[in-house]
Formats: sequence, C-alpha cells, structure tokens
Amino acid sequence: MHASLPPFALEIRGLVKRFDRPAVDGLDLNVRSGEFYALLGPNGAGKTTTLRMIAGLLRPDAGSIHVAGIDALADPIAAKRLMAWISDEPMIYDKLTPREYLEFVAGLWGLAPALAEPRAQELLGWLELEPHARERCEGFSKGMRQKVALAGALIHDPSLIILDEPLTGLDAGSARQVKSVLRERVRAGATVIMTTHILEVAERMADRIGVIARGRLIAEGTLDELRLKARHNEAPCVEASGDRASLEDTFLALLAQPAEAA
Amino acid sequence: MIAASGTTLWFVRHEWRLAWRDWLAMMSGGRRKRLRRAVIAIAIFVSFMHFVAYWMVGPYANAASDKVTLVAITASILLSWLLMISQAMESTTRAFYARSDLDLILASPVAAEKIFAVRIATVALSMAMMALPLAAPFIDILIVRGGWRWLGAYGLIAAMGATATALAVGLSVALFRFVGARRTRFVAQVVAAVIGAAFVIGLQIAAILSYGTISRVSLLQSHVLLAHLPDPASVVWWPARAALGDGAALLTVLVLSLAMLAAVIAIVAPRFGAYAITAASVDAAAVVEVRRATAFRESSPSGTLRTKEWTLLRRDPWLVSQTLMQMLYLIPPAVLLWRSFNGGQGAYQLLVPVLVMAAGQLAGGLAWLAISGEDAPDLVASAPISSGFVIRAKIEAVLGIIAVIFAPLVAVLAFASPWHALVTIAGIAVAAIAATSIQLWFRSQAKRSQFRRRQVSSRLATFAEAFSSIGWAATAAVAAASLSLAIAPALLATLVVAGTWFMSPRPQRV
Repeated sequence: MHASLPPFALEIRGLVKRFDRPAVDGLDLNVRSGEFYALLGPNGAGKTTTLRMIAGLLRPDAGSIHVAGIDALADPIAAKRLMAWISDEPMIYDKLTPREYLEFVAGLWGLAPALAEPRAQELLGWLELEPHARERCEGFSKGMRQKVALAGALIHDPSLIILDEPLTGLDAGSARQVKSVLRERVRAGATVIMTTHILEVAERMADRIGVIARGRLIAEGTLDELRLKARHNEAPCVEASGDRASLEDTFLALLAQPAEAA
Repeated sequence: MIAASGTTLWFVRHEWRLAWRDWLAMMSGGRRKRLRRAVIAIAIFVSFMHFVAYWMVGPYANAASDKVTLVAITASILLSWLLMISQAMESTTRAFYARSDLDLILASPVAAEKIFAVRIATVALSMAMMALPLAAPFIDILIVRGGWRWLGAYGLIAAMGATATALAVGLSVALFRFVGARRTRFVAQVVAAVIGAAFVIGLQIAAILSYGTISRVSLLQSHVLLAHLPDPASVVWWPARAALGDGAALLTVLVLSLAMLAAVIAIVAPRFGAYAITAASVDAAAVVEVRRATAFRESSPSGTLRTKEWTLLRRDPWLVSQTLMQMLYLIPPAVLLWRSFNGGQGAYQLLVPVLVMAAGQLAGGLAWLAISGEDAPDLVASAPISSGFVIRAKIEAVLGIIAVIFAPLVAVLAFASPWHALVTIAGIAVAAIAATSIQLWFRSQAKRSQFRRRQVSSRLATFAEAFSSIGWAATAAVAAASLSLAIAPALLATLVVAGTWFMSPRPQRV
C-alpha cells in the first residue's frame, strides 16, 4: 500500500497563524515517511493549531504545507485523501452504530463497499468493538468513542495519521489498544504525527520528538539528541542524570531556555 | 440582609442570580452593546404591542359580563394557560434532566427539597413573567379605556402561572411513574407541544367542520355553542370574571391557584432528588441495538451525507418531535382541503399561504440541524470533498424531506385545482430555499441537542427566517389570485432575503 513513499510525509515551511496573537509563528517541520513523530509543548504552544492546519481544518495566514509531496493548500482534496485526523474529543454520531459510522466515513472517502466492509470488520475486531458494532454510540464511554473515531480514521488506510492528544481520558486497556494499533500502522508504512501531554508515551513510541513553544519548533530529534541539546543548555537536572535523564527532565529543561536561545 | 446559607431564602437568591444572568446572557450574548440594543428592541416591541392592543381590544374595554364576552375571555385564557402548561412542562423536564448542578446539590449536606421547592416556584414565577410582555399591553389598554377593574387580569396571570406549573409538575411526575425515566423526557416534550397546539387546532377544526371556515371567532360566537355553554353565573366563568375585575372571583381563583401550587411543591419537592437520580442513571443504562445490519452500500459522498442526515433525524424522536410538531398546524388546512374538495376556490386560496409558510419554517429548522448541528464537523471537514459539495448535499437532504412531507398535500390540491397546486409548489420551493439560505449564511457550530436554543444564537436570522416565510406565503396567496399583483410582495420578500444576506457574517456568504 505504501510501497513508493516520498522521503517526507510532511513538509512545513514558515507556517503562520494569528488569532489575537501569533499561535503558530513561522514553523518549519519535516516528518519522514514511516516515522512516528511526537509533537510536545506546553498548553497554548500552538500544537493543536498546527495539526488543524495540516488536516485542512484551519487556513494558515502564511507558509506552506506539503503532504507526501502534494501542496495541501493548493490541492487540499488530494492531500486529505492521504490523511486521517483524530482529536482528543472524539466527534462521532450518537445515533449511528460503529458499523454505520464506518460505512459513513468510507462513503466520504469514496471507498468501494467491497474494500470498506472487510476493512471495517477487521478494525472493529482489532479494537474489540465487534460486540458493540450494532449498538448506537450514544451510550458509549469516552474510550469506546475514541476507538470508534480511530477505526473511522483508519478505514481508508491513510498514509499520514494526525492525532491530537488521542490518549487523553482513556483507561489503561483502551490506551494500550490505541497505541498498539498505531504501532501496527507505522510498521505497515504509515506516518503518525501525534501531540501528547503523556511524555512517557512519546518517550516509548516516537522515533523523533519535536518540542514546540510560542508557535515555534525549539528542539527536535531523537530522545538522545534532545538530552544532548538540553545538556548544552546547561540544565542542572539533565546534566546530573546524564544519559538516563527522562524526557520529562529534558522537556522541562528545553522549555526553560530563554526565547532568544530557542 | 444576607440569608444564612442553606436556607430557603439563600436558595431563592441563588436561583434568581442564575436566572438573571442567564437572561442577560441570552439577550446580550455577553456584549454590553448588544444588551442596550436588546432593551431598546423590547421597548419598541412593547410600545408597538400597545398600538396593536388598542386596535384589537380597545373597543371591548367597556364590555358587559355577558355570555359572549365571558366565552371570548375564557377562550383567550384557556389558550394562554395551555401554552403556559406546555412551557412549564418543558422547564420541569429540564429540571429533571439538566445535570449541570444537580450532582453538586445532591452531593451536598443541605436539604435538597428546599432548592427543588424554590425551583418549582421559580418556574411558576417565570411562567407569569413570560406571559407579561404579550399580555401587559392588552391589559394596559383595557385599564386605560375601561377602568381599574381590568387590573384583576394581572392577578389572573399570576394564578395561571401557579396552576400551569402545578399541573405541569404533576403531569411530569405522573409520566415519570408510568412511562419510566427513559421515556419521560421525550413523551413530556411531545405532550407539551401537543397541549400547546391542541386548543388552536381543535378550535380551527371545529370551525371548519361546522362553518367551513378556519376562523375560530365564528365558532366562539355561534349561537349553537353559546346555547350549550353554562349560564354566566357558573363557576366555569370565574377566571374570566376575575379578569373583568370581580374581586370575589379574583380572590378565590388566586387563593385556589396558590394553594394548588403549594400542595404540589409540598408533595413533589421531597421526592425530586430521587427523580433526578433516576433520570441521571438513564443515559448510562441506555443501549439501543440496531437489529438490521445490512451490507455496506455503494454510495457517492453526497449520497452518503444525505443518508446520514436522514438517518440521524429518523432515529432521534426528540428532534422529530421538535421539527415536525409544527406540522400539526397543517392538520386544519388538510381538513379544510378534504372538506372543500371540489367545493370552491376560496378554501384553496386559504391553503396556499399556510402550506408555503409551514414549508419555510420547517426548512429553517431542518437546515439548522443539517448545517449548524453537525456533530462531527472535523470529520466532515477533513474528508476529501469540498465544503461547497458538503453544503450542497446537506441542502439536498433538507429539500428532500420538505418534498416528501408536502408532496401528498400538493398532489391532492393538484386534483382539485392545478393552478393553486402549481403556485404552492413554487412558493414551497422558494420559501424553503430562502429559509435554508438564511441558516447557511448565519451558520454557527452547535450540538444537535441545542436545537431549541438555535434562535438565541442569531436573533437576526430567526426574524429574517420568519419574515421571509411570511413574505413568500403572502406572495403565494396573492399569486394564486393574480400573478401580476404578486410582484409587490415578492419584491418585499426578496428584499428581506437580500438584506439578510447583506447583514450576514462576510466569510459565510455563499
């Protein structure tokens, strides 16, 4: 499915979005194909705004976004065909069953029923939603709703999966299922870009981590590369812990550096 | 004086503060400038209503307490009272199911019955207050022209608010016991809507069957009806007598009404907490299984969107009741059509604007649900289809429902009078498209469950939708008689729609 992948699943240049003040301020970001990329940052750093612009839910004021080489601002429909978007608050239809929801999403992406139906069955099985496939979603817990939204996002086999805090409010079992499905998608060649406040998830799952603050990327790399950068900034907790410094120490050290240094 | 915490007076202060701030937010949307405009608009409306009242009831200010007067006043009281019961049932059901502060109240160590007693009393008071902007201009004019005796009408409004609330609370509790917590919300809201509509519709149908006209006045003043009604001395006319300034009647009605409310509060308030807890556990227990799981069907993205809209509406009895309840008002025209079939053009002339008006109003409600009430906006926006395509599919879904609902009536009309049917089709199409367009220009993302509060988000859109429907109904009515004369109302209706477009938020103009 993802045999001839371009080197970058996502390329962002000089992205700007202002509301009352700049939410994203000249952001440059590259995410390689088949990579699990975690975007971290404090509240109000511009993570969600960035992801919403990539998913085509917000129009940037300036800059460019390329998804698998396609200019997402010039040809949003072609770019959207390749993407899936999941937010922290799963928006699904209460009066539809998970199966009907998947049929609806497949219809929006123009998937043939012969392809969509077995795929829906497979996803419902993976996410342990099969016993509830014919129940309306109105009585579902947050975890179940998030799993339905995830199944919907994956039904068209997207090559770029964008997730905004997908694990917020999930119990341990549901969180594990979501993580395992995402790992499986990356193994199959898909690219995942995800924001999270659960640093342990980023530490364990991400190939590379980007740290965003005040609408700009202040650091990027593997966990080791980020530790090194934090040590260069002479953060005491990171220096003391050496190579064993946790992502939490590293993250806080990176955020603590002054704006001009960032 | 500050009341001690946990006392009834303390809860009264709390409830009033919430009610006042809710009202302010509703009128101003959180903007001081808008509040000033709202106050000016209310003042203009009340002044205008005094002129309307002068023209409507001025001549009757010195009416004697004869049977014709008593019947007319009693009919007005009954109509307002049923509408109050309907509104009070809505408020009571909200009190059962709204969980915003119930958890806090029930988890606190205060006696919950105090706040529930205050809440029921507040409903009664708000019913009376809501009636005032409409009733006060009429009562004021009657006082100015007929003397102080009409002051009793204000006392009667208080009594009506008390009895309407007492009955509404009693009915809601009875429903809770007999149909269970899960169904009560839906059944209560349907009952509320039916109660509100039943009296008007009933009178219209009776007038049609008896006199071949949709006018209620002909029935109320008919000799046959007057002959069957009790004498003017009967207790049945006490509320009317109270309005006319009979002190003894007013005192009796007022005391009985307040006693009835007090009794209901005393019986229901201590149990209200238990009802609220039962209602709160409904959502968690609700599992609705769809038995039929058909294979995925081949469908275009627009077909998929249309089907989704229809499925969501069909599966939500509450929304069906809220949108289609106004179709109850189509029953009298349908009866009129049936009675006058092949019997004359006059009846058809009356039908055309009613159908056009109903189509405009229904289309507005459905368009709000389809366009603003999208529960998964991110999903639809992130799909590989253009926003224009999505909107087109949703408009098709709305117009499809309008076509299905109105087709049978228009088909029957076509057999009786093809010309009237043709005008009706054109009127329905234009009114529905205009109402849908207005909803499109003023779209703002909301949950479908907020359907009843949609008018609050844009009053301009609400008024524009109503005036547009009235304009197109008038155009259709005139066009049915004379096509050339219809140009004037059509121009006015077009101006309303164009003006609305001009005032709509710029990024949303299509």
